[in-house]
Amino acid sequence: MFDYETLRIIWWAILVFLICGFAVMDGFDFGIAMLLPFLGKTDDERRVMLNTIGATWEGSQTWLVTLGGITFGAWSIVYAVLFSGVYAGLLLLLFALFLRPVGFDYRSKLACSKWRNFWDWGLFVGGTVPAVVLSLAAGNLMLGLPFDLDAELRSTYDGGLFDLFTLFPLLCVLVGVSLCLMHGATFLHWRTENVLAERAQKIIQLSSLAFIALFVLAGIYIAFGVEGYKVTSAIDTTITANPLHKTIEKGAGLWLSNYGTYPLLLLAPIVAIVSALLTPMLSGKSHSASAFVLSSLAMIGAIVTAGGSMFPFVLPSSLNAVSSLIIWDASASHYTMKMLLLATIVFMPIVLAYTIWVYKVMRGKVTVEQIQANQHTMY
Amino acid sequence: MISNELVELSRLQFALTAMYHFLFVPLTLGLSFILAIMESVYVMTGKEIYKDMTRFWGKLFGINFAMGVTTGLTMEFQFGTNWAYYSHYVGDIFGVPLAIEGLMAFFLESTFVGLFFFGWDRLSKLQHLSTTWLLALGTNLSALWILIANAWMQNPVGAEFNYDTMRMELTDFAAIFFNPVAQVKFVHTIAAGYVTGSMFVLGISALYLLKHQDVPFARRSFRIASGFGLAAVLSVIVLGDESGYTVGEVQRAKLAAIEAEWETEEAPAAFTLIGFPNEETRTTDYAIKIPYALGLIATRSIDEKVDGLDTIRERKRHRIENGMIAYENLQILREDKNNEVAKAIFEKHKADLGHGLLLKKYTENVVDATPAQIESAIKDAVPKVAPMFWTFRGMVFCGVLMLFIFAASFYYNMKRDAHNQRWLLKMAFWGIPLPWIACELGWVVAEYGRQPWTIASILPTHLSTSSLTSGQLYGSIAGFALMYTTLLVIELFLMVKYVRLGASSLHTGKYHFEKQGASHV
Repeated sequence: MFDYETLRIIWWAILVFLICGFAVMDGFDFGIAMLLPFLGKTDDERRVMLNTIGATWEGSQTWLVTLGGITFGAWSIVYAVLFSGVYAGLLLLLFALFLRPVGFDYRSKLACSKWRNFWDWGLFVGGTVPAVVLSLAAGNLMLGLPFDLDAELRSTYDGGLFDLFTLFPLLCVLVGVSLCLMHGATFLHWRTENVLAERAQKIIQLSSLAFIALFVLAGIYIAFGVEGYKVTSAIDTTITANPLHKTIEKGAGLWLSNYGTYPLLLLAPIVAIVSALLTPMLSGKSHSASAFVLSSLAMIGAIVTAGGSMFPFVLPSSLNAVSSLIIWDASASHYTMKMLLLATIVFMPIVLAYTIWVYKVMRGKVTVEQIQANQHTMY
Repeated sequence: MISNELVELSRLQFALTAMYHFLFVPLTLGLSFILAIMESVYVMTGKEIYKDMTRFWGKLFGINFAMGVTTGLTMEFQFGTNWAYYSHYVGDIFGVPLAIEGLMAFFLESTFVGLFFFGWDRLSKLQHLSTTWLLALGTNLSALWILIANAWMQNPVGAEFNYDTMRMELTDFAAIFFNPVAQVKFVHTIAAGYVTGSMFVLGISALYLLKHQDVPFARRSFRIASGFGLAAVLSVIVLGDESGYTVGEVQRAKLAAIEAEWETEEAPAAFTLIGFPNEETRTTDYAIKIPYALGLIATRSIDEKVDGLDTIRERKRHRIENGMIAYENLQILREDKNNEVAKAIFEKHKADLGHGLLLKKYTENVVDATPAQIESAIKDAVPKVAPMFWTFRGMVFCGVLMLFIFAASFYYNMKRDAHNQRWLLKMAFWGIPLPWIACELGWVVAEYGRQPWTIASILPTHLSTSSLTSGQLYGSIAGFALMYTTLLVIELFLMVKYVRLGASSLHTGKYHFEKQGASHV
């Protein structure tokens, strides 16, 4: 069907696609969770907020789960090195995510206000911590992680949780959080009315400006303050390969070299900035659905910018650059990539189709009246 | 060298989190189907009570489902966090069913579960019924793919070692899908899930019948659970027998340990009903045996032998020696992949590479293993008998008890007299934990019995872990224990509260507590 080289590029693209899918679909759930204790002043308001995503958040989170499964299958060694390396960070992510399914389902099953308040903060943590940890991880990926591979390709990792909190990754956290806030508020603005929608509009304006400023700042940082990576040995992209058979160069600004090689890539940061700029304008003029599309585009633009800058690197190593994992030596076998592509081609369109259908069924604004009329069935 | 402590702690964490996850999975599997059946009856007959049944049992389903999702997340990531070398070594194969599971099953169940709860007023009857069936389909498909992955660990087919990338690679997807172990496992496990769902509905309905709470509602629920449960428990017992244990060496070792067959007997072998396995003397004290039974069950013939532990151990010696040769030549190939002599020798012995790796527990270089170290590896190469023997019998005992409960329930149901059999109702209620005990014991048999391997005859457990410290493991185990215990307490609290309320929790105004004017929730 496809040669090995093409398949590796396709699978890199699918990886980016799934990350974008996850960010677009679950990003607004995270944003709404971050806003939940603050924008929702009464129990009914909070329930309105929760019920805008009540029927769909679970499907959205599946993007993350599937991302895990796909990485396992198509990029096994990346899955192995990354997850075992940032062990404490990943557990933090997991423990925070634990609070979501139970938080959504259990919160409104009892009328006690302490119980409900407890779960509201639980959901806040369940939305905020994952967004923080994942943006932090993205920032650290660009710096390279301190891992090494031995001759039998067993990985070791030299660092702890707190080593992840350095300046550039923290900047990435702010970028990620502002994006989630904008995305969540845009969705809220679309699916709620009156005071909640008004409060959401303010958040959209603030977070959009914050995102643009931070995103540009991160770009400048990458140009001058972050050491990028570059493969310097000739690579045969068509054979199965061992990650240890290559040479790597490191240097400030190298993450920008792809923009010279593929000028089209410049579209990604431009789309991110322009979309973020337009989002508050459109939502202000009550084009809420279009505003949501644009805030999704901002999300996608930012992720493609990061991923595209790193191509063909998936997981650079700051400890021993040779151990860095790139798409030509960290991929699954040719046959596995073919099989998985087949499965993706068959099932991804089906997934998208029924997801769209579910959103269509659940369309319309959620109101305080609806909550009061369905006390015992809604979240 | 990897410390034994790290390996044992990693195993402990995986066992705890997996067994904890499986407290919720079987109920999801079974209850989703029961919901689909109840709603089908509603759509066909138009009787509102079946809609109420679907919604009430659906509430309990939701409380349980949330915990299943929560604990399932851990499982998706834990191979990477704690079994990194495993993930690298076999991810090319093992990751495939997991990836497909996400695309095909997780999306389906998690997308339609929302619609199940919030779609009642937005969908037509038929659309909502389809949603419920798709939810049930999703949960069951998810079981299919994860069991295909698990079966590959027990009987790894369709894959080959690549010395260039230092890992196993997929060669035949169909072989993995049609793995005979996968088929037996799938049928056995989902049927066990159906039993769990049925026992749950049966036991709780029995409680309502005992308390005369919403009797028509409870009787209908009881009826559906007894019919579905009887069919399911028969499937578990008839289809989930030991026939899956004749394929592959590790499966045969499990069978020998379960049956405490220390030495290979003349065919057809006898079945040890009960006794006290003694690892020191390699005999079973006070054994009560049924002649021919094991041979008949396991091989479905009277002239095929069932391997005893002695035979299996003796084969290990040869394979470990071959494995040392394979490992030696792998080292040469890693330095120079064009060395044709080494390549030829490696190809000849590579099927036993995994047995060579067993020695890594004792010596880093494998090739310099002393005879004493080889003896230790052989001794450790099969699982201990007593844990296998007892967990298996515990599981079967629970199964037989449930068979009795379902058969009796079904019988009295046919006579339309089940609600008067107080002994049976009490038995059904107190029997609720049985399927959970059976399921957990079943997993112990399957996975403890796989030791010392993670991937049978290919990758020893000892090598599979991540390069973490024991301290990290103590920390994460403590974290899991704390989170999981707290969540379980909350879950059980809510579950008990809603079970007590029963159909009144629907607030339709028709049921028990509402008629008495009491208000709840």
